[in-house]
Amino acid sequence: MKLTFTMAAVAAIMAAAPASADLTFSALSYRTGPYAANGIPFADGYQDYFTLLNERDGGIGGEKINLVECETGYNTEKGVECYESTKGSGALVYQPLSTGITYQLIPKATADSIPVHSMGYGRTSAKNGAVFPYIFNYPANYWDGASVAIKHLLDENGGDLSGKKIALVYHNSAYGKEPIRTLEELAKKHGYELSLLPVDHPGQEQKSQWLQIRREKPDYVIMWGWGVMNQVAIQEAVNIRYPMDQFIGIWWSGSENDVKPAGPKADGYKALTFHNLGMDYPLYDDMKKYVIDAGKAAGAGDQVGTVLYNRGMYAAMLAAEAAKTAQEMSGTAQITPAQMRDGMEHLVITEEKMAGLGLPNFGPEFEVTCENHGGNGFAAVSQWNAAEGHFNLITDYMQSDQEVLAPLVEADSKAYAEESGITPGCM
Amino acid sequence: MFYREAGDFKTTYVDDNQTFPIKFDRYRYYAVLFVALAIVPFLVNDYWANAVLLPFLIYAIAAIGLNILVGYCGQLSLGTGGFMAVGAYACYKLMTAFPEVSIVIHVILAGGVTAGVGVLFGLPSLRIKGFYLAVATLAAQFFLVWLFNKVPWFYNYSASGQISAPERSVFGIVVTGANADSWAKYMICLVFVFGAAWLARNLTRGSVGRRWMAIRDMDIAAEIIGVNPLKAKLTAFAVSSFFVGVAGALFFSVYLGAVEVGEVFGIQKSFLVLFMIIIGGLGSIFGSFAGAAFIVLLPVFLKNVLVGGFGWATDLAAHLEIMILGGLIVVFLIAEPHGLAQLWRVAKEKLRLWPFPH
Repeated sequence: MKLTFTMAAVAAIMAAAPASADLTFSALSYRTGPYAANGIPFADGYQDYFTLLNERDGGIGGEKINLVECETGYNTEKGVECYESTKGSGALVYQPLSTGITYQLIPKATADSIPVHSMGYGRTSAKNGAVFPYIFNYPANYWDGASVAIKHLLDENGGDLSGKKIALVYHNSAYGKEPIRTLEELAKKHGYELSLLPVDHPGQEQKSQWLQIRREKPDYVIMWGWGVMNQVAIQEAVNIRYPMDQFIGIWWSGSENDVKPAGPKADGYKALTFHNLGMDYPLYDDMKKYVIDAGKAAGAGDQVGTVLYNRGMYAAMLAAEAAKTAQEMSGTAQITPAQMRDGMEHLVITEEKMAGLGLPNFGPEFEVTCENHGGNGFAAVSQWNAAEGHFNLITDYMQSDQEVLAPLVEADSKAYAEESGITPGCM
Repeated sequence: MFYREAGDFKTTYVDDNQTFPIKFDRYRYYAVLFVALAIVPFLVNDYWANAVLLPFLIYAIAAIGLNILVGYCGQLSLGTGGFMAVGAYACYKLMTAFPEVSIVIHVILAGGVTAGVGVLFGLPSLRIKGFYLAVATLAAQFFLVWLFNKVPWFYNYSASGQISAPERSVFGIVVTGANADSWAKYMICLVFVFGAAWLARNLTRGSVGRRWMAIRDMDIAAEIIGVNPLKAKLTAFAVSSFFVGVAGALFFSVYLGAVEVGEVFGIQKSFLVLFMIIIGGLGSIFGSFAGAAFIVLLPVFLKNVLVGGFGWATDLAAHLEIMILGGLIVVFLIAEPHGLAQLWRVAKEKLRLWPFPH
C-alpha cells in the first residue's frame, strides 16, 4: 500500500506539468489566507480580461491564451513552488502580486530569462532596466506613491509641511519598508517629522500602534497595508476617531473590501491610485457580453468593477499589449519569454491605444525604455464615499518628485548591481 | 521470512552494535543511500528540487534537531522558527563578511552560533518544565524575530530588511544564488541531511542519548542514578539548536535565496516543525523524515492532484488541502498516537513473524 501511494504520488506530480501550445500566462494568485480579501478581486480581473480576449478576439494575434493559475497564499515558499511548476509550461511573464515573492523571483527569473512585471509593487529600483533587465514595474512604484502622498499633503497645506507630524503605519516586511527611505528624504526636504509604526504579519494586532497615534496625534497618517491589515487599521482609526480625511493609504490600501467593514464612519478615507476607477468604460460592455453574461467570469463574479478588479484587468491589459508588441517585433505569434521581455521593454501606451481598447482615460501614458522600466510615476488621490459605496478621484494625476527619487533609484540599483556582481548595461 | 535476525551471525562486538542489525534493513538503507546519492541527482529537475526535495531535506534536518530536544530529552520547545532564523542570519553575516571562506564552513559555523543561542535560551529549562518551558521558548521565538527585524546590522542595512544569499560555490560548483543547478543544491542539502541523521542516530544510541532519555522519562530518578541534569539538558539544547541552525542556514542560502524574517521564520514555522515530529514520531530519526515528508509532500501532492489532475479551482483546492491534511493528521494520530515511526515499527515486528503470525 505504501508503494502504490508513493507511485501514485510520483505519477500525479509528474502529470502536473500541462502541455503548452498556446501563449501561456501565469497567475500567481491568492484566494485564501489573510490577504485573500485583496487577492481575489485582482485575480478575478486578471483572469476575466484574458477570458475576454480569448472569447472576443480568439486570443492575442490569433494565439489562444492559456492562463495557469497557482495559489500562493501570499506565502514565499508556496510562491517558489508555483514559480517552478508554472515555469515548465512556458509562462511568458510573472505577476506575483507580492513584494516578498517578487524579491524571490528577481534573481531566479533573471537567471531563467523570464520577465516579471511587478505593477506598483516589488523592488522600486527595478525601474533601472540596465541593472534589472527582466524586471518591470511600470507605470508607478512605491517611491512614487510616497512622493505623491506628500505632494497631496503639500497642496492641502499651501506648500508647507514644516513642523507637521506624519506617521507611517506599515506592514513590517519588505513591502512596508519600501517607502521609508523616500519619506525620510522628503522629510529632509520639506521639514516634516516622520514617525514609524510597524505592524507585524498578518496585521490583526494593531491596538498598540493606534494607541500611540491617539497619544501623539500626528497631523497625517500614511499607510502601507495589505490584506486584513487594511480593514483592521481603518476600523482602529474609526475607533479612536482619527479624522479620516487625514488618513491616506497607498494604492494597495484603497479598495472597497478595506473600507466597507468599518461602515459609514470610514467615509472620507483617502487612498492613492495609478489608474481610474469605476465601470464607466466601453470595455465593460464587452466584458459583460462575452464573459459575465456568458457565465465565464472568474471566482464568484461579485468583484466586477471594484478598484482591485480594475487593477487586475489593467495588469492583464498591459501584459497583453506587451505580448502584441513582442509579436510585432519578432514577426511570430508564438513568442518566447525572452521575446516577451523585448516587447515589454518597447511597450508604448498612448491615449489612442487605451481608447481603442475601450479604456479611454483609464491609465497614464508612458513609454518603457531600457533606462526606465518604471513609467513616469503618475498617481492620483481617491476618496471613499461611504454613502455611495465607491471611491472617487479627488485630484488630478500628479507626478512624483523625480528630483528626489531619481538619485535614490540610481543609488539602490547600483548597490544591488555591486552586491550581485552585475555589470549594468542595456540588452 | 526474509526479515529476521536468524541466520545473520555476528562474530564481533562491533557487528553486534551496528545501527541496522537485520540484514534486510541494512541493504534497504544502502539502497536508499544509493538511489539518493547516485540516481536522483541525474534525474532531478528544477521543479522537483526546488518545490519538493529541498524543502523535504531541510525540514528533515530541522525535525531531527527538534526531535532530539523534544523526543529524546523531553524538553518542549516552540522556538524552532527563531533558532532557524539565527542560523539563517548567522550564515548571511558570515557569507557577506568572509566571502572567501567555503559556504560549507559557514553553514556549520551558523549551526554553532545557533547552538550557543540555544543554550542561552535553554537555561530556564533547569527550573521550569513542560508547558512553562514551552512558553519560555516561545519568548525566544518572538524575541529573535523582533531582533532581526529591529537591528539593521543583521541585514547589513539593506533598505527592504531582506537578506539575500550571494553566489557561493563548493569545489567550483555554484550551490547558492539563482544560477545554481538544481542537482548541486540537492546534493549539498543531501550531504548535510546524511551527516545530521548519522550524527543524531549515533548520539542517541550512545551514552549522551541515554542520559537525555533518562531525563525525559523521569528527571528525578535520572538525577539519583547519577545523570547531571544541567549537562544533559544543555547538551540537548545545544545539539538540537545546532541542527536547527544548520537547517535555517540551508533554508535561507540554498533553498529560498532571499528571506524576510517575520514571514519565513515566524511562529508558524515552529509549529510546523513540531507537527512534523509529532506526526512522524517522537524519539525517532526515521520519524523525523517521515513527518517532514508528510507535511512537505502531501500538500504538493494534493495540489497537483486537485488542480493539475481534476482541474478544480485553486482556492477550492487550497481549502480542501487544509481539510484533508488536518483530517489525515487526526486519523493518523487516533490510529497510532506514537506517529508514523510507530506504524513502521509495528510493521517491522509483523514482518519478523510473517508468514507465521504466532
